[in-house]
Amino acid sequence: MNIKGKTLATNVSKKKKKDYALRGNLELLMLTLPGIIMLLIFHYLPMFGIPIAFKDYNPNLGIYKSPWNGFENFEYFFTSSDAWRITRNTVAYSMSFLFLGIVVAVTVALLLFNLRSRIGVKVYNTIMILPKFMSMVLIAYIVYALFNPAAGLINQIIAAFGGPSDIDWYSKPEAWPFILTYVHLWQMAGMNSIIYYASLMGVDESLYEAADLDGANVWQKTWHISIPQLIPIMTMLTILGFGSIMSGDFGLFYQTTRDVGTLYPTTDIINTYTFRGLTGGNYTVSAAVGLFQSIVGFVMVMTVNLIVKKVSPENSMF
Amino acid sequence: MSIKKKKKIPYGQILLHIIFIVTCLTYILPFVLLLSISFSNEDAIAQYGYTIFPKVFDTSAYKMIFENPGQLINSYITTITFTAITVFLSLVFKSLLAYPLSRSTFRFKKAITIFLTITMMFGGGLIPTYIIYTKILHLGNTIWVYILPGLVSAWDIVIIRTFFQGIPESLPESAKIDGASELRIYFNIMLPLSTPVLATIGFTTMIGKWNDWNTALIYIRDSKLFSLQYMLQKILREVDFVEKMATENSQLAEYSVPKESMRYAMAMLAAGPMLVVFPFFQKYFVKGMTVGAVKG
Repeated sequence: MNIKGKTLATNVSKKKKKDYALRGNLELLMLTLPGIIMLLIFHYLPMFGIPIAFKDYNPNLGIYKSPWNGFENFEYFFTSSDAWRITRNTVAYSMSFLFLGIVVAVTVALLLFNLRSRIGVKVYNTIMILPKFMSMVLIAYIVYALFNPAAGLINQIIAAFGGPSDIDWYSKPEAWPFILTYVHLWQMAGMNSIIYYASLMGVDESLYEAADLDGANVWQKTWHISIPQLIPIMTMLTILGFGSIMSGDFGLFYQTTRDVGTLYPTTDIINTYTFRGLTGGNYTVSAAVGLFQSIVGFVMVMTVNLIVKKVSPENSMF
Repeated sequence: MSIKKKKKIPYGQILLHIIFIVTCLTYILPFVLLLSISFSNEDAIAQYGYTIFPKVFDTSAYKMIFENPGQLINSYITTITFTAITVFLSLVFKSLLAYPLSRSTFRFKKAITIFLTITMMFGGGLIPTYIIYTKILHLGNTIWVYILPGLVSAWDIVIIRTFFQGIPESLPESAKIDGASELRIYFNIMLPLSTPVLATIGFTTMIGKWNDWNTALIYIRDSKLFSLQYMLQKILREVDFVEKMATENSQLAEYSVPKESMRYAMAMLAAGPMLVVFPFFQKYFVKGMTVGAVKG
């Protein structure tokens, strides 16, 4: 093929390419349509129900025909004693889950990393991931089997050490921050440690070899090589975690506590509260609380994303 | 020096193994406890409480469930049906939307990405969603409420798109020049090359659906359509639910129903498949974790 022919060919293909691109864009757009329609119906359409938070809802009239009542629903909520309780619980649990979760996950990852046996790593990790595959309902069965006042294992153990054998855990709100935190950490540890473990596996081997030559011990290597390696991920996950500080794990709080009313002082979070609004027929206040939660959550995510964009742009969401 | 070290007993390693074995026991024993209660004699439970190993071995709980398995079978059929349909449809919908977003030449990429991102950050919220789904879309008490709302999720699309972007773009480009339609490129080139990410997403979707109890909690009142996990929740919460199940169409007196062990036997029968399947699919789950961490 001569040079002239080649340029001709490229010219033609350029023009062709342009046509293809135009047609291709339409074709590609067609491919996105099913997904977009699904999102419009199942995600965007429900947003048109949000005005219910500002209405005196009458089921017979529907959302749009029910009379407006301004911010009455919000006022009702914010002047009730529930407002402080559920907001405090939601935020406090999220924070403790976030920080303790990172500590536990990093610890597990470091321990796994120092384990020489490959089979050991695999077996232990597999076992620790198990609860992530189980539904919250099954976890609730476990918690109930442990804390059931009549037959539960915990009371048997306490009795074996000479303590009272009939502690009614489901009427002791003060115990549940510990129980729930433990259950959460137990459930997440295996899964969340993977990302840190993977990062540790990516550390340049020669760093450790050099440290060995200098006579560094395990602690020094962990402190000076491993942990610094993990800090960027830890920072990222912390910042991102702040974005979802207002949304609690409904399953954990609804299932493991069996939704027992006496425990609400320490176990009621925004998500369980709005859910009770649904079952109790108190739609408007519940919708107002839900909207309050979404808006604060939205602001948090936007702020967090702004910070992430500054700190490490490649990790920002948009 | 290093030779000497090798001869030393690795106390550190032994200690690590001990730590992990103890930790793993806190993971395994709870499940053993559930299993043990399900095989325990009802009177023994009343006398000694729950035990890690049954004091008096008894299979009557399982026998009773299999004598009257109506609800269990219904829930199994419901759960398997909506799980299978959801896994299949969601892979189609998600990858179909992810493919155009992976193409650098796609002109509406930015607009659609924004459209997707909004769904990650903002939604209708529980009550408005409930009202729209039941009053306008009439999804309440139908199997579709398990399937349709979650078919397209922005997070999964981002993961699939990132994977697609790892496939050299010259591949679809050259196929296009040869006259292939985008649909064909997607179907014949992109999908076959993407089985790892599709397996991962498919598996996580499957787990999520199998463990779905909240959909039924909110939208389902018809006990025929209860998902497995919701049925389990009912059994745990409502003492008489298990009794009703056992004594339905039978002449059993209520007092003879081993309520406690039956509850746990049901839990085992509902969770069993996942416990067996889990080790085989675990690697996909882990992969999904690391794939998701790498964002493009």
